[in-house]
Amino acid sequence: MKISRFFKTIFMADFVNGLYMAIKEVFKSKKTINYPFEKGKISPRFRGEHALRRYPNGEERCIACKLCEAVCPAQAITIESTQREDGSRKTTRYDIDMMKCIYCGLCEESCPVDAIVQGPNFEFSTETREELYYTKEKLLDNGDRWENILEANIKADSSHR
Amino acid sequence: MEYLSIFFDQVYKILFLLVPVLVSVAMVVWLDRRVWAFVQKRQGPNVVGPFGLLQTIADALKYIFKEIIIPSSSNKVIFILAPIVTMTLALIAWAVIPFSATQVLADINVGILYLFAVSSLGVYGIIMGGWASNSKYPFLGAIRSAAQMVSYEVSIGVIIINVLLCVGSLNLNDIVIAQQNLWFVIPLFPMFVIFFISALAETNRPPFDLPEAEAELVAGYQTEYSGMMYAMFWLGEYANILLMCAMGAILFLGGWLSPLEIYPFTLVPGPVWLVLKILLLFLLFALVKAIVPRYRYDQLMKLGWKVFLPLSLIWVVLTSGYLFYFNLLPIN
Repeated sequence: MKISRFFKTIFMADFVNGLYMAIKEVFKSKKTINYPFEKGKISPRFRGEHALRRYPNGEERCIACKLCEAVCPAQAITIESTQREDGSRKTTRYDIDMMKCIYCGLCEESCPVDAIVQGPNFEFSTETREELYYTKEKLLDNGDRWENILEANIKADSSHR
Repeated sequence: MEYLSIFFDQVYKILFLLVPVLVSVAMVVWLDRRVWAFVQKRQGPNVVGPFGLLQTIADALKYIFKEIIIPSSSNKVIFILAPIVTMTLALIAWAVIPFSATQVLADINVGILYLFAVSSLGVYGIIMGGWASNSKYPFLGAIRSAAQMVSYEVSIGVIIINVLLCVGSLNLNDIVIAQQNLWFVIPLFPMFVIFFISALAETNRPPFDLPEAEAELVAGYQTEYSGMMYAMFWLGEYANILLMCAMGAILFLGGWLSPLEIYPFTLVPGPVWLVLKILLLFLLFALVKAIVPRYRYDQLMKLGWKVFLPLSLIWVVLTSGYLFYFNLLPIN
């Protein structure tokens, strides 16, 4: 053992150094946040809970092209459609099984009319499995609730698409 | 009628000691977690109560309402007895801790021996728990902790001899009063360091938390325990840590004496000084937990037997030689 190493050991130089550093760290700013009360920043591309959007006049955007259903790798989306009296094709059923969904965002990317989107909400845990079978009503309701943020996010990300 | 009143008088005294001890154990668990978090730049528990102070109470309530699972292959009597033993031994030792010249539950003249004996007995709770679980990880954890605690008790015992040589009495109050002029931490500083490290090993704190090394032994002797029984192990462990801090404060930091015998310091009563010193030592315990990696088992044994034991023995010779040569031996 070298002499310097020996003295370092008996005076516990490394330990004292570590203690000093630990005490210094105590007074530095915290790197974590009080989660339920504060939330971290979320990117506009964040792929959270799904939503079906409407046009500003209240008409559903979805044209039942079923591209999302086709592209969905987890086959979580089920769509049934019909022709309405005014000749437009609309969905009668738009279900997403949120437990099958892998949140890849392909449905959002494939949608030609920005109808199905994934919003910033990630706190939609439920107590029962049934509540996670999202229906068209639930998705449209989500769309209405988050529309302001969804629109802003699409706008913010549009230059990259 | 008369001895009934004596009985109630004693019960009242005991409650007056134990309730603050248990409350401070709860607070100290919070402090430990908080300091640990702060060193790692986290927030730590800060939701329950002001600054999260009631976190431990919430945890204890949760443990109380949890189911106690007793493994079918375990030795049920010993299995149930083990956490009770740990908790009881951690609490009865407080009887001899002097909070001031008069405030001590049992002012016995072999106080330090009693303290040493009770803290040595603490290993029984762990061995019983590990053995009675009848399962491999608790068993290995218990073996480790038995070997570890026995090894480090030896050096703690020799360190206590150092202090006793300077005092000439086994009474804890006498030990405190002997430090009136000079705290023993100054002349016996290397012994204080060794005592602190041995106390870490004695209470299974990091870097010596091998009996419950998560990476190897799941949770060591606590693996099979659940609910309130686990919580009793846990509270007993922290009560033991506080006890070791109190022991360190009394042996080396002048117990309930104020650091300077001048006007503003003498106003503060003795118990406050003792609590402050215990807290200071506990803060060190908590900081050490946050900065050190776990020892390997052979290194642990090597440190105990090949470094601490010879060092403290040499120091006994040095101390007694010094005291004898300068005719300072406290002979009554």
